Amino acid sequence: MIRRLVLWLDDRLGAASFARRALRKAFPDHWAFMLGEVALYSYILLVLTGVFLTFFYTASGEDVVYQGSYAPLRGVRMSAAYASVLRISFEVRSGLVMRQIHHWAALVFVAAIVAHAMRVFFTGAFRRPRELNWLIGTSLVLLAMAAGFTGYSMPDDLLSGTGIRIAYSVLLSIPVVGTWAAYLFFGGEFPAPVTIGRLLALHIMLLQGLILAALGLHLAIIWHQKHTQFRAPGRTEDTVTGSPLWPNYAMKSAGLGLAVFAVLSALGGLVQINPVWLYGPYDPTTVTSPAQPDWYIGWLEGALRLFPNWEIRAFGHAVPEPFFPGVLVPGFLVAVYALWPFIEQRVTGDREVHHLLDRARDAPRRSAVGVATLTFVVLLTIAGSNDVLARFFGVTVESITILLRGVVLAAPVVAGWATYTVCRELKAREAHPAPMWHEVHRGPGGGYVTTEEHGE
Amino acid sequence: MDRRPRGDRRDHPSDRNHHVIGTERRIAALFILSILGSLALVAVYATGGQPQLEGVLLAVSLGTLGAAVIVWALRLLPDEQVTDVREPEPSPPAVRAAATSALERGEAELTGRRTLGRLLLGALAALALVMFFPIRSLGPRPGRSMFHTEWEPDAFVVDRTGRRVRAGDLVTGSVVTAFPEGHVGSPVSQTLLIRVEPALLRLPPDRAAWAPEGYVAFSKVCTHAGCPVGLYRAAAHQLLCPCHQSTFDVLRGAVPIFGPTTRALPQLPLRIDADGFLRATGDFSAPVGPGFWELSRGRTSGRQDLRPG
Repeated sequence: MIRRLVLWLDDRLGAASFARRALRKAFPDHWAFMLGEVALYSYILLVLTGVFLTFFYTASGEDVVYQGSYAPLRGVRMSAAYASVLRISFEVRSGLVMRQIHHWAALVFVAAIVAHAMRVFFTGAFRRPRELNWLIGTSLVLLAMAAGFTGYSMPDDLLSGTGIRIAYSVLLSIPVVGTWAAYLFFGGEFPAPVTIGRLLALHIMLLQGLILAALGLHLAIIWHQKHTQFRAPGRTEDTVTGSPLWPNYAMKSAGLGLAVFAVLSALGGLVQINPVWLYGPYDPTTVTSPAQPDWYIGWLEGALRLFPNWEIRAFGHAVPEPFFPGVLVPGFLVAVYALWPFIEQRVTGDREVHHLLDRARDAPRRSAVGVATLTFVVLLTIAGSNDVLARFFGVTVESITILLRGVVLAAPVVAGWATYTVCRELKAREAHPAPMWHEVHRGPGGGYVTTEEHGE
Repeated sequence: MDRRPRGDRRDHPSDRNHHVIGTERRIAALFILSILGSLALVAVYATGGQPQLEGVLLAVSLGTLGAAVIVWALRLLPDEQVTDVREPEPSPPAVRAAATSALERGEAELTGRRTLGRLLLGALAALALVMFFPIRSLGPRPGRSMFHTEWEPDAFVVDRTGRRVRAGDLVTGSVVTAFPEGHVGSPVSQTLLIRVEPALLRLPPDRAAWAPEGYVAFSKVCTHAGCPVGLYRAAAHQLLCPCHQSTFDVLRGAVPIFGPTTRALPQLPLRIDADGFLRATGDFSAPVGPGFWELSRGRTSGRQDLRPG
């Protein structure tokens, strides 16, 4: 049956010569290589659940009075979008579990992409000839964040509406074009009724088109360039060793995909996420406290909270404060992140082709930069919850903020320096391994003599 | 295709060892569990659905299926390693040269006709420029809309229910969200009406008349990122924005005293009319909400907004 299908295809496409090589293609098995796959499978689940949700979602800011089955909100004025999300949650059969799986899958999708990017960074897998795929990967990180943020905002609840309000203000803060950019992007002065419809168009069309294109390119380039792999006896720059795609790797990967689906389903069924009915509909004159965004936006929120009150005013114009933490700081980080392969080439002068991976210790400077940046971003994320921290520790939010302002600048330097030192140390120890044990013999005269030293 | 012992094992059941049989049984059990999970899922769905059960059963069906496939791959498939030879990334020199010359030949043919080539580029550039124009349709011209709100001279101050606020309605130390009459819920005109002890007020001299009987009114839109300034620390007379913790000193005209914001909350001038109703005497002292490029290009009522001091 399958044989006949293959032959039918070969008659028309001449697919056999491709299939012959593809089915026996080598896939290295290291666990760290599965992180990208986790992202891919999360994405597939996002598309499946997302299509279902789209059938029931109303992308409209039009005012309606809620008459549905959730009693506490009956009679409350809200947008049609929010009402449709309540309907998905309470009336559409399987709607709530689909919504929650979708949200969990989005959180895991971005997390898996970030973990994958960290693996690629710290092992030097971005080096020549893979600089292009690194750039495509960085754009996928940004696209995933944008897709996450637009999706998170679509229910038009009080929490996400506040997020959109902040995003509008950050766009507004851009010098020269900010006002026009905000009016054009959001469709008028905040809150413009057309914004909700735009979020849907971005979320399900523009961003998904871009993600699919970038994802396809990403995988095609991987396929063509073949995987990197860790150094091991018998591994060379000229070959790649691993499980054959068919059947070993296909089975393992399918198993991983099903496991990802299973975990996300369990989360979607059992762990409540984004209960928008508790937040209430968006009302621009009220706000929740405390208010935290989804985790991958936390570092941007943290930057907005920590940045001091600087503003440039000159020649009758203003560069408002949110521009610095909202646009400049993340813009700089993203630029360095995206251009890292080229920056590293410039610094180290190493423009060789590399298919064998580094360990963190093999490139102390790169590892130091990576750890310092991660420390910075993690601390900013923590700062995004400074109000929760203040409440938890029973101190004022002012003192937490002032403390974090110092820590956010000092800790990355310390962490980077520590990483550099540890990596150097480990590397040096490998170059001159200390003897592990000595062989001691008792001589005929009764004394002891050391006869041999053994390294690792 | 290289056949491995796996095929032999299947052909001669008598040769199977117990270990393999045990593994096959475990995998079979997992598949059966998965099927049972799917059937249960159908039952739950058919009887009206239940989110927790749906999630758990879905996880059982998918998880056991995944586990079965992984165990199969790890235990029953031969642990085979294949090695591919990489093709070097740059193409062989001859191919590169051929590609480059093909490119250059075409380029020479095109650039040979200089005028036509330039016109082609010009036409493309003009078309590309035109393609950007529809972006303008996405939103209205900002114009002066950022510089004024719905507050007008003599507008009555009303609360969330639309009821006009009288001078006796608020006790000292309390706060309500207020709007100009006819614009309840307005995002740009939302106002915090606070009553403080008049003797404590230290407003700038030109605003001395703006706070009758200790009533002060400030824009509720934070001057940092536009969140509603939702928290009032009555004892300290401070307004606090819950989004990024910008803090404002009410007694000194809501100047910022902590947090990221750089500008005071614009103040609304108030008066108490003959019937005891609170009314505005004009618009806010400055554009409301977060800053923008043209911020200094105009003022709502010609007054300088307060800087931190």
